[in-house]
Amino acid sequence: MSILIVNGHVIDPSQGLDGRADILVENGTVKKLSANGIKNTKGAEVLDAKGMYVLPGLIDMHTHLREPGFEHKETIRTGTLAALKGGFTTVCAMPNTNPVNDNAGITEYILKKADTGGAARVLPIGAVTKGQKGEELAELYMMRKAGCVAFSDDGKPVSNALIMRRALEYAKGLDALIISHAENLQLSGGGVMNSGFLALTMGLKGSPAVAEEVMVYRDIALAELTGARLHIAHVSTAGSVRIIRQAKERGVRVTAETCPHYFSITEAAVAGYNTSAKVNPPLRSGKDVAAIKEGLRDGTIDVIATDHAPHSPEEKTREFDSAPFGISGLETALSLGFRLVEEGVLDLPGLVKKLTSNPAGILGIERGTLREGAEAEICVLNPEKEFAVNAAELISRGKNTPFDGWRLKGAVEATVFRGRLSRWA
Amino acid sequence: MDDNSRKKHLLGMKELSREEIMHLLNLATSFKDVLRRDIKKVPTLRGRTVVNLFFEPSTRTRTSFELAAKRLSTDVINFSAPSSSILKGESLLDTALTVEALGADIIIIRHSSSGVPHMLARHLKASVINAGDGTNEHPTQALLDAFTIIEKKQETSGLRVAIIGDIIHSRVAKSNIYCLKKLGADVRLIGPATLLPSCWKEMGVEVFTDMDEGLKGVDVVMMLRLQLERQGKAFFPSTEEYFRQWGLSKRRLLSAKPDAIVMHPGPMNRGIEIASDVADGNNSVILEQVTNGLAVRMAVMYHLEEKKEL
Repeated sequence: MSILIVNGHVIDPSQGLDGRADILVENGTVKKLSANGIKNTKGAEVLDAKGMYVLPGLIDMHTHLREPGFEHKETIRTGTLAALKGGFTTVCAMPNTNPVNDNAGITEYILKKADTGGAARVLPIGAVTKGQKGEELAELYMMRKAGCVAFSDDGKPVSNALIMRRALEYAKGLDALIISHAENLQLSGGGVMNSGFLALTMGLKGSPAVAEEVMVYRDIALAELTGARLHIAHVSTAGSVRIIRQAKERGVRVTAETCPHYFSITEAAVAGYNTSAKVNPPLRSGKDVAAIKEGLRDGTIDVIATDHAPHSPEEKTREFDSAPFGISGLETALSLGFRLVEEGVLDLPGLVKKLTSNPAGILGIERGTLREGAEAEICVLNPEKEFAVNAAELISRGKNTPFDGWRLKGAVEATVFRGRLSRWA
Repeated sequence: MDDNSRKKHLLGMKELSREEIMHLLNLATSFKDVLRRDIKKVPTLRGRTVVNLFFEPSTRTRTSFELAAKRLSTDVINFSAPSSSILKGESLLDTALTVEALGADIIIIRHSSSGVPHMLARHLKASVINAGDGTNEHPTQALLDAFTIIEKKQETSGLRVAIIGDIIHSRVAKSNIYCLKKLGADVRLIGPATLLPSCWKEMGVEVFTDMDEGLKGVDVVMMLRLQLERQGKAFFPSTEEYFRQWGLSKRRLLSAKPDAIVMHPGPMNRGIEIASDVADGNNSVILEQVTNGLAVRMAVMYHLEEKKEL
């Protein structure tokens, strides 16, 4: 079965492509990519992408698929379907499942489930410490052998600085990437939203920006000391952007990601005790949002990741204090990213880079490209199409989005994964 | 929150306008007259059902609401957390819906999490009265405090009011700040820097860490209960040191105006935030606050039902 995508505008930062081209997919690989047009000779399924952008399948380096253990929130099946609908053909699954993905056996289980039931590619991220307890190093080498692309205790910080130092040293020997969930738990102190006037007047416990920033700085200092590669997850504050920018200037091997909610909305979204906007790190101030955008623009922030964190409606209708943190993000990420293009923060190739070649490079995976001979993983974006976000209609089991009812422009029209064309229009 | 829900519930002082506050206080004046009679009960809300849904221990507030509801001739049920289904794992919302299905017209809710009354108001048809939610608000306390202040000082406009103690964790302080600001008072906060809001400017108040300085020229001294569990969490070193700096002693009260009134929402920690001779002294209106609480709560319930009939 072959697929022919014609008349589209191809943007592929991995090859520096930004122009009209046709793509022929055969047996699941990119057979031909040509600016001169490709004739349909073999009866391929044709997608006319006139007026659309044809991109490499997006890579989300920060996803919570919840399986094993929390299948009421999401499964590998539902999560990858949501991913594909959002234009993501690759998602990196964070290890805070039950049991925690802290050994090769769990990694293999996840990969096997993804292989049989996954609608998109799943690349597991292993835990840094056993049980994500922050006490003993997990078996990083064996997990890496089994298929983990990076290591993180995401959801929790590695609070003990010595353990983090050892993890970085050890990971350096494997040339493995450590991803930091930067949060000083004493300073965040059980906070449920950003510290400040709004938290005070809502009577909610605030988690200050500094709780993130001191940890970003600590981990950068440890990366600098050890020479290891460090990636900062879900950057949300102006101070973090500044600290990362300065570290990059002096040559520290640090990269960073932010998420659509940190550049799209502020803490004001929490008003009315909206648990869909309860996320960790919390939504911040307008000043922080501006700094995040500047960090995306100047390259301080390399990657846009979703931190897709689905929860069941029952969990999110608890009182604000008890509702779990997280936003279901896979199905709105590209459209929210596209707003940055409309606003002039990024040009489209710049946006695509942060969703394809940059995460691929950081993770050291051969994906996020439309190069001839590569596995065909494609995302077709219709820049003119407008739609209203409807939380209830999300494919993900997690309906927890603060963007419910938003009108967004720029929708995923189709995706190609494992030789199959899915049309989402 | 839509306009409709704002009318039917009492969620906080943030949500009320100055006019609505004045209307409630005027109603309370009439109900206070009722409470002075030999027969202290009126048939106003006969046949209505009021449920006290308390997820946090409370004797004073619950009793005050219960008696106020009885004075209005309603049927009152007390539903408190330890004996409730919450322990059986029933969700908060299911519990509230169950109570509503029993026929509650007014649900009075207290919960340790901020925003719970707001959440219930979104899901219930009954009126919701916030009897204290987390560190957010305690609106009927602010109303009874405003009522007491007006009784003693005739008006609130231009009055200098000092609120003293653990401001950031106090729903009483917050409701009083919103209410008194709307009524034109000059509000100042006094306490250790660890318990004062850092964004006080945005709240339109002044802050003082020096109590003698802060009390100068004050008409109303409003003490807060010090939550003793804050001790040992680096907010302040000891209750002894706290009393030395922020306890209201007779000597320290001299910094305020001679006719200043002393208020406390209760229950008091005598010797920790307030000296006994001040609590029982001539400036104290602490017991009158309790009496006024009844009148104010009758006014609130009456008002919500009155709204429904419009």
